[in-house]
Amino acid sequence: MGSAANKPDSTSPAAATSDLPWTLRVAGGTAELRFAGDWQSGAEGPVASPEILDRLAAQGAPRRLSVSGAALRTWNNQLAAALFGLQQNARRRGIATEFTDLPPDLARMLAMGGAREEPAEPDARARSLLVAVGEGVLQRLRATVEVCTSIGAVVLAALAAARGRARVRTGDYSALVRAAGADALGIVVVVNFLVGAILAFIGAVQLEQFGAQIYVADVVGIATAREMAAIITAIVLAGRTGAAFASEIAAMQGNDEIDALRTLGVSPYEYLVMPRVFALSVVMPFLYVFACAVGILGGLVIAAGMLDMTGGAYVEETRLAIGAHQFVVGGLKSLCFGALIAIVGCHIGLQAGRSAADVGRAATSAVVVSILGIILIDAVFAVCTHVLGV
Amino acid sequence: MTETAATPPCIAVENLTMAFGDHVVQRDVSFRVRRRSIFAIIGGSGSGKSTLLKHMVGLLAPATGSVHIEGVDMAADDARDYRRPYPFGVLFQGGALWSSMTVGENVALPLQLYTRYSADAMADQVAFKLALVGLGGAAAVSPADLSGGMRKRAALARALALDPQILFLDEPSAGLDPINSRRLDDLILQLREALGVTIVVVTHELASIFAIADDCIFLDTERKTAIAHGDPKVLRDHSKDPTVREFLSRGAPAPVAEGGG
Repeated sequence: MGSAANKPDSTSPAAATSDLPWTLRVAGGTAELRFAGDWQSGAEGPVASPEILDRLAAQGAPRRLSVSGAALRTWNNQLAAALFGLQQNARRRGIATEFTDLPPDLARMLAMGGAREEPAEPDARARSLLVAVGEGVLQRLRATVEVCTSIGAVVLAALAAARGRARVRTGDYSALVRAAGADALGIVVVVNFLVGAILAFIGAVQLEQFGAQIYVADVVGIATAREMAAIITAIVLAGRTGAAFASEIAAMQGNDEIDALRTLGVSPYEYLVMPRVFALSVVMPFLYVFACAVGILGGLVIAAGMLDMTGGAYVEETRLAIGAHQFVVGGLKSLCFGALIAIVGCHIGLQAGRSAADVGRAATSAVVVSILGIILIDAVFAVCTHVLGV
Repeated sequence: MTETAATPPCIAVENLTMAFGDHVVQRDVSFRVRRRSIFAIIGGSGSGKSTLLKHMVGLLAPATGSVHIEGVDMAADDARDYRRPYPFGVLFQGGALWSSMTVGENVALPLQLYTRYSADAMADQVAFKLALVGLGGAAAVSPADLSGGMRKRAALARALALDPQILFLDEPSAGLDPINSRRLDDLILQLREALGVTIVVVTHELASIFAIADDCIFLDTERKTAIAHGDPKVLRDHSKDPTVREFLSRGAPAPVAEGGG
């Protein structure tokens, strides 16, 4: 077998460097393409079929192309690919191709490629702007319906759980609570301490101008208890736990694990989503309490350091400034934030596609949507508490 | 074209022990793969066939022993020179297509990394490799939209992209229908006949083993080592080990035919 790749015939002269081992002759309506010698293309690659066809078109566009390899000594698979491409592209330009005198192995390689034509290219017709807008709107509407369905399914699963009929492994609860709560405590404490300190710093600089330094404690206390502790904690958990929920469930989707649950007659909302929503809703108020404490502590450290205020005076001023209702508002918010982050993360995970890139997309959009939702819920709370005068 | 005594063996595995920590998968496995042969790695489930393949391509380091491909020690650091392509293509069990790219881009990536082909030449190559595995029109499709068997064939097209002289195939016909499975066997034989490719294949399919393999090694789960080595047809009829005869005759051990008959 003298036709294998990378084994040039020792008697052949070194393959010409620039001129290719093929010749093209056009006579009447037929073009004749002859390959000869050793076909050993380098890293620049073989001749590409459009190149040959362009030359053909320049010489009077024949309707038939006859390819002969009688004088071919060695060849490799790159020639097979080039000839295959030639046949395919020639057909597209309405030129019939016939191969003659090819080495038998080369002919067989080509036959293996040409023997079957399988799935057609997907239909990639251009869409008009109107169609694109319409499809976009319909898609948003469908997504809204899906979110509502998700929330409803979680509520139903929670009701089933309340009656003690949910099929959940109880060990999952404690693992989820630990992962979302205890394991997140460190980052929640650090971030909220710094936010409290920053608030105190800004307040101190401004209030000092009026000799009203003592009110730094009020600013930090109210801002922390009512807004910052809940929001900052929620944003940390959205990035940490919400993204984890979304990517874990999306990866399970790709591995058919969700389908396996469904075929067991178990709703993924019951088995996966509800425990996660429960876990986050439970841990968020506790994390909020920690966040308040360290936020106020952060303010105290700055106030004591910058303003010659004693710790006792700061704590006393804080106690007078914040009423219990501030903590109730903050605590309720954090409960809502927890449920929101878990529902969004799980919902996006369940809607995700099945590829590795889809897992990444799910994690990204879980964080983005959660943060948007947190701010929206906070705005709703602001309006409600204003109307209620709390 | 014939292999002389002076040329190094295509693949040489010497006293290879494969282990994950303290858990030994197989010990003292030695064999050589002749150039232009089709070499099957066979054995029961869990015997470490895929693990052996991963050792051969350098993804796992041997606990003891060595793997040489074309004289290069696969465990040595200089074998992992990512600047040049390995002289082999690998088909993974699940296909392992990169899901963020289309099928065509998957096949084109090795060419983009290691050749300076023009876009047209690359398009010819991609179209031909996909046509070889029967996926002529699937270049623009995303791997997620393919069936398991089609994904596998697309992955084979990617393994063929650089026209490697050695191919490692992990369960190539798993998940294929009998006709496509047969076609794949034909393609493997044709690659060997026309281009002199050496093929190492992990497989369970007895029909495929007898149709294509001219040499094989049998890994035993219980004894944790290779218990037979040779032509699978000869092993089926003449192996001294009943486990091997039983495996190769689907659990109905053929009578030992050593005395002729």
